[in-house]
Amino acid sequence: MSERTGAAPASAVPPLPTGRGAGFMATFGPWIAAAVVLAVLPQVLSSGLALSTLSLMGMMIIFALSYNMLLGQTGLLSFGHAVFFGLGGFLTVHAMNAFAADGPPLPLIALPLVGAAAGLFFGIVFGAVSTRRAGTTFAMITLGIGELVSSSALILRHFFGGEEGVSTDRTGLAPFLGLTFGSQLQVYYLIAAWCFVSVAAMYALTRTPFGRICNAVRDNPHRVAFIGYDPQRVRFLSFSLSGLFAGIAGALAAINFEIMNAGQLGATQSGTVILMAFIGGIGSFGGPIIGAILVTYLQVALSDITDAWQLYFGLLFIAMVMFAPDGIAGLLARQQPLLRGRQLHRVLPAYALALVPGLAAVAGLSLAVEMTNRLTVHAGDGPAMSFLHVPLRADAPVPWLVAVVLFAGGGWLFLRAGGVARQAYDEALAIVQGRGNAS
Amino acid sequence: MTPALEITDLRKSFGAMEIIRGVTLSIPAGERHAVIGPNGAGKSTLFHLISGHYRPSAGTIRLRGEAISGMAPHLINRRGLSRSFQITNIFPRLSVWENVRCATLWAMGYRYAFWRNIERLADARQRTEEILTEINLLDRWHVPAGVLSYAEQRALEIGLSIAGNAEVLLLDEPTAGMSRAETERVVALIRRVSEKRTLLMIEHDMGVVFDLADRISVLVYGEILASDTPERVKANPAVQQAYLGLEAS
Ligand SMILES: Nc1ncnc2c1ncn2[C@@H]1O[C@H](COP(=O)(O)OP(=O)(O)OP(=O)(O)O)[C@@H](O)[C@H]1O
Ligand SMILES: [Mg+2]
Repeated sequence: MSERTGAAPASAVPPLPTGRGAGFMATFGPWIAAAVVLAVLPQVLSSGLALSTLSLMGMMIIFALSYNMLLGQTGLLSFGHAVFFGLGGFLTVHAMNAFAADGPPLPLIALPLVGAAAGLFFGIVFGAVSTRRAGTTFAMITLGIGELVSSSALILRHFFGGEEGVSTDRTGLAPFLGLTFGSQLQVYYLIAAWCFVSVAAMYALTRTPFGRICNAVRDNPHRVAFIGYDPQRVRFLSFSLSGLFAGIAGALAAINFEIMNAGQLGATQSGTVILMAFIGGIGSFGGPIIGAILVTYLQVALSDITDAWQLYFGLLFIAMVMFAPDGIAGLLARQQPLLRGRQLHRVLPAYALALVPGLAAVAGLSLAVEMTNRLTVHAGDGPAMSFLHVPLRADAPVPWLVAVVLFAGGGWLFLRAGGVARQAYDEALAIVQGRGNAS
Repeated sequence: MTPALEITDLRKSFGAMEIIRGVTLSIPAGERHAVIGPNGAGKSTLFHLISGHYRPSAGTIRLRGEAISGMAPHLINRRGLSRSFQITNIFPRLSVWENVRCATLWAMGYRYAFWRNIERLADARQRTEEILTEINLLDRWHVPAGVLSYAEQRALEIGLSIAGNAEVLLLDEPTAGMSRAETERVVALIRRVSEKRTLLMIEHDMGVVFDLADRISVLVYGEILASDTPERVKANPAVQQAYLGLEAS
């Protein structure tokens, strides 16, 4: 239909989809590998802290993926996603308490179904209101719903337990195959199993007629109506199903912590899931998984060493949006052609060269943050502190000078090195593509 | 026989401006009908009204006898009317393949199915391949639609509008901005796909219009000036004065 300029040669056209599937190993290999990794992880990382961090990651992976059903798949920016996480968790806690007292002998491992049902129910209720519109209106309504639910949580003390929240005892339920889930290891396996099933289900969902139409709505909702689909209905279904999976994540949180409080359904939690999805990358299915793992790890690690950890998240978020808007998954995806073309060695030195001043800039910035923190929030502790095991005084000029030099100098060199790295990337890519054309 | 499309005293105003001013038009099933008229005459607005993108201010539109005026676009589409847009309107991040496949799904009855593997839908796959062959984009199937060339995107635009097998097809300037050779290909394509359908087409290229159309309606300032066979429209003095004369001068 056209005179194409610079079109790829015919040999570069991949074979058409056949619908026959890619063979057993290509289809199920990654899933089997993931299952094996989930099974053996606790053997490698067996400390209590590691197990509880892994458990946290498992539920956050589900939460972040459920969020990306909205943002990445359907193009809906929600500011209230924690509502479904929290309500799923609260209903699970109440169900646990009821079942432990005198309910049906439902094992703990089935309880995430309660969270799923709660998430779906509230997804339908709030989705009916919010998904009538897209874009900014939708975002504002979800913000309102988030505020509405978290303020109700403080008023409806009977259900939400006020400031302290509602606690439960997961060992009170009927044992499952002799498991009482008293230990963190058993809880880890419960979460891992649900994580695996949920991720598989959400992945399968992206490969259905509905999943594809969600993508079409993300790209161009207006056009979808002229191929027979109601964009509003698509948004509603996507919203409801994403509530279901967020509810499962919330149920796992309830099981893991044995307590739910209003913080779990508030703006901070809604913000965290946006952070995870964005940092990981909303453009691919796996991005939010990476984001959930990284952000959870940083939360655990940073909150241990500094109480300004949330500030670092904000900075990380800004840096990602500025320098890598398609997230870590996007950065990795861009290296893939180089890897396949065996040209990665051309760019790695340039990347390493950019990393050094980058880390220096980060060190300078965090030194300034920590000294400020010491002089303001912790003024009572006096100005003597240590940073990266170096003792220093927060009110002395030299550390401040060091911080400024590290940040400004490192930042400047980072931007320069970034340019060099980008150039190296472009050259390597040209080589890969040049070869592709020659063959 | 009920006409495929029957428009009666259709009106549309934006604020105080009446853009469509009492259009009455009846298109029998199987006809290839062209709408011509100067820029700003209201041709695209007329299409927006028929396809449900805009709500009429007054008047009725019947699709195969059924009143559709004021219905949502997706409901009209499900009743067998499909359209293309003057300004290319595709799914830029989806591959060419997914663009076309999405457009086949509703008509194939898959609706919002979230329990079926899309790769296993043999009929959708086959139809997608047919359409891509038809619009000559088969060797670009894997490319994101957003990176296609202009002419390729125009072809895809037509592909999206024919994929659902709608019986009434509305094409808004399908050859706009195309070279001579490209235009010829598109005309051949339109001739093929409109064989068993009713076609309503806006077109500025008079060669294309006289080549394809069974009948022509001339729209000037929101009113139908003439609606007749190409020969008689060409001979109509009012049309010559209002429209064809403008072209010549
Ligand atoms: N949504 C709208 N709001 C206000 N005015 C509009 C709107 N849509 C169209 N118009 C006006 O209606 C008139 C007709 O526009 P329309 O796009 O239907 O013309 P057209 O015949 O398709 O012209 P062209 O040949 O340039 O495509 C124009 O003057 C335009 O400005
Ligand atoms: Mg127009």
